[in-house]
Amino acid sequence: MKNNLIVSGSPHIHKKESVSRIMWTVALSTIPAGIAGVIIFGLDALWIILAATIAAVSTEWVFELITRRKVTILDGSAVITGILLAYNLPSGVPLWLPVVGAIFSIIVGKAVFGGLGQNIFNPALVGRVFLMASWPKYMTTFPKPFSYDAVTSATPLAMLKEGKILEHIPYLDLFLGNRGGCIGEVCILALLIGAAILLIKGYITWHIPVTYILTTAILTYIFGAKQFFHGDWLFHILSGGLILGAFFMATDYVATPLTIKGQVIFGIGCGLITAVIRIWGGYPEGVSYAILMMNAATPFIDRYTKNRIYGT
Amino acid sequence: MVKLAENKDRSEHKAIERLPLPAKVYLPLIQHLGKICVPEVKVGDTVSLGQKIGAIQANFSAPIHASISGKVLAIQDWPHPVLGRAKAIVLEGDGRDDTGIFALKSRQEVDKLTPDDIRKIVLDAGIVGMGGASFPTHIKLNPPKPVNTLIVNGAECEPYLTADSRLMVEKAEEIFKGIEVVSKCLGIKEIYVGIEDNKPEAIRIFSKFSGIKVKVLRSDYPQGGEKQLVQNILGKEIPRGKLPFDIGVLVQNVATLYAIYEAVYRSKPLIERLVTVTGSCVENPKNLLVRLGTPIKNLIEFCGLKEEPAKMIIGGPMMGIAQYTDEVPIIKSSGGLLLMNKKEAEDLEEEPCIRCAACVRGCPVGLMPCQINLASQKSLWKLAKEYGGMDCIECGICNYVCPSNRRLLQTIKRAKLESGK
Repeated sequence: MKNNLIVSGSPHIHKKESVSRIMWTVALSTIPAGIAGVIIFGLDALWIILAATIAAVSTEWVFELITRRKVTILDGSAVITGILLAYNLPSGVPLWLPVVGAIFSIIVGKAVFGGLGQNIFNPALVGRVFLMASWPKYMTTFPKPFSYDAVTSATPLAMLKEGKILEHIPYLDLFLGNRGGCIGEVCILALLIGAAILLIKGYITWHIPVTYILTTAILTYIFGAKQFFHGDWLFHILSGGLILGAFFMATDYVATPLTIKGQVIFGIGCGLITAVIRIWGGYPEGVSYAILMMNAATPFIDRYTKNRIYGT
Repeated sequence: MVKLAENKDRSEHKAIERLPLPAKVYLPLIQHLGKICVPEVKVGDTVSLGQKIGAIQANFSAPIHASISGKVLAIQDWPHPVLGRAKAIVLEGDGRDDTGIFALKSRQEVDKLTPDDIRKIVLDAGIVGMGGASFPTHIKLNPPKPVNTLIVNGAECEPYLTADSRLMVEKAEEIFKGIEVVSKCLGIKEIYVGIEDNKPEAIRIFSKFSGIKVKVLRSDYPQGGEKQLVQNILGKEIPRGKLPFDIGVLVQNVATLYAIYEAVYRSKPLIERLVTVTGSCVENPKNLLVRLGTPIKNLIEFCGLKEEPAKMIIGGPMMGIAQYTDEVPIIKSSGGLLLMNKKEAEDLEEEPCIRCAACVRGCPVGLMPCQINLASQKSLWKLAKEYGGMDCIECGICNYVCPSNRRLLQTIKRAKLESGK
């Protein structure tokens, strides 16, 4: 009897959890924002989301075939990269743009580092910044919400930057997404529904999003207007890509710190950079750059924010 | 700390049963932390029940006793549940069971014993920590610094295992007498009994005793770990590299205290222990009183099989050791026998670390297991040590929670071994 006993090291039980389960749940949690994007900007938004996602997955597949690595496209991470890249694009861009962006995201942002788990930066943001630098015109032309045609509008943050906000945009419009902006960033309500899923499942913790948003709010309140302590912090939270970035991109496991202490520093850092760019920079929005810069600082943060070991 | 599926319901309400006397026992000469014993008998010798057959060669050791009466059949290498193989004395039983020789002493007789008498009795009885670490108990009763607090470990935090829990329910008086003996030996002033909230019956019974404080603990894993127990009961930590006595504390498992009671009140050496036999493959899960040296196949036969086990674990599912044969004997530290089926025992494929930090949040001693894992895989032993690899208590939570099924604990153990060189 028993000639084929399994003899492996402890522990002998395992939590019912897997990378693909986490990744597909994250992908699922982005769907409300996508639906909102399609409702607000029309079917163009859907085609862009699909183009970016299909391109991201295909690129990963082809790259893995060529380099003879294990094919990992079913783990869901490339899908997330595609979706998040699309969410960071205006709905009026030509369809080749998300494709090029997704290819860049997957190859330069992820594959060359060694694939899942090895990337230093959030791959979707790498793609986005690349598109921004290469085709700035496309990347800053925003169709008007609910117009479903070629009419364009500036984003609220751009209007603010240019001093063009003549009348107040109602907060409710900002919250529901009735404003110019990128596909997946405009509907705060939908983003919060997705974020709630991730928080309830325990796949993200509140530390990065809350410290990020809070820091941005405080700094824009203090320095966001001509007079100190008169900034419209709520406007800053609700416009631009802050909510999308804080919950879905600044929480990317791979490129963020491991300990809670580190994550708090990461969140504050993101908030600081975002606020600086928005208030004093030459650019209306700072979320992408803030997260990428803090991604770069992550190994450094990790080194100085180790947990206290029992008995020390 | 994490919440685990307990799976204790299969055996927690099963009263203690005695396993029929084995025909043969295989008694390893090392069943403890410390130096191996030397045989005190020769092949062919007749031995009586409880006779000392393995003598200590150093103080950091514990003697071995005949768990059945009979004849010495061989002294040879034999499968060992912890060490793989080790030298063992094989006894063939004569079918008799003279447990009558362990007569109960009166309270007055016990009261006359001095602390040194107690230490000698415990040493001669071969008692070791029965919670799993098998640290020789007589050494704990002889601390280099005064100890004034006793923590009784009744937090059986490993899933599936119920032996300690049963013992607390059925042998509470005896455990309490063991507590008294230890307290007297060391001049203990404060006694805490830590019991998890999933053992209400034990909590109820122990709350009746006077002079002890029952601390109800959350049934999180690894609540029964020495460091966690001290932290959660006293609110203080054992400094790094120190032992509980450094902060004036002694921690004793309930099964060890029961063994101390038996040694002091009945002059009975450590020749048997309680073992939970459980798992999805077991027909009738039981809490069995088993003579040391009994091969696990006897236990399996007695409890019956529902299906062929794919993995046989001595100990619990978190820290237990998978065995390669059913010839392996129960020893002093074996508190459970867990039989898993093929599906449960399936080895999951390892995937890249996604830095999700589940291991970092789960580690009960504050380590970053994923970082030590990376250092260890690159043979960067110094770096692994910098990350606190040596502080790992090997509870296995990091492996358990890892969504990438990474063998974090194995690589950390490796790092501990290498950086200890």
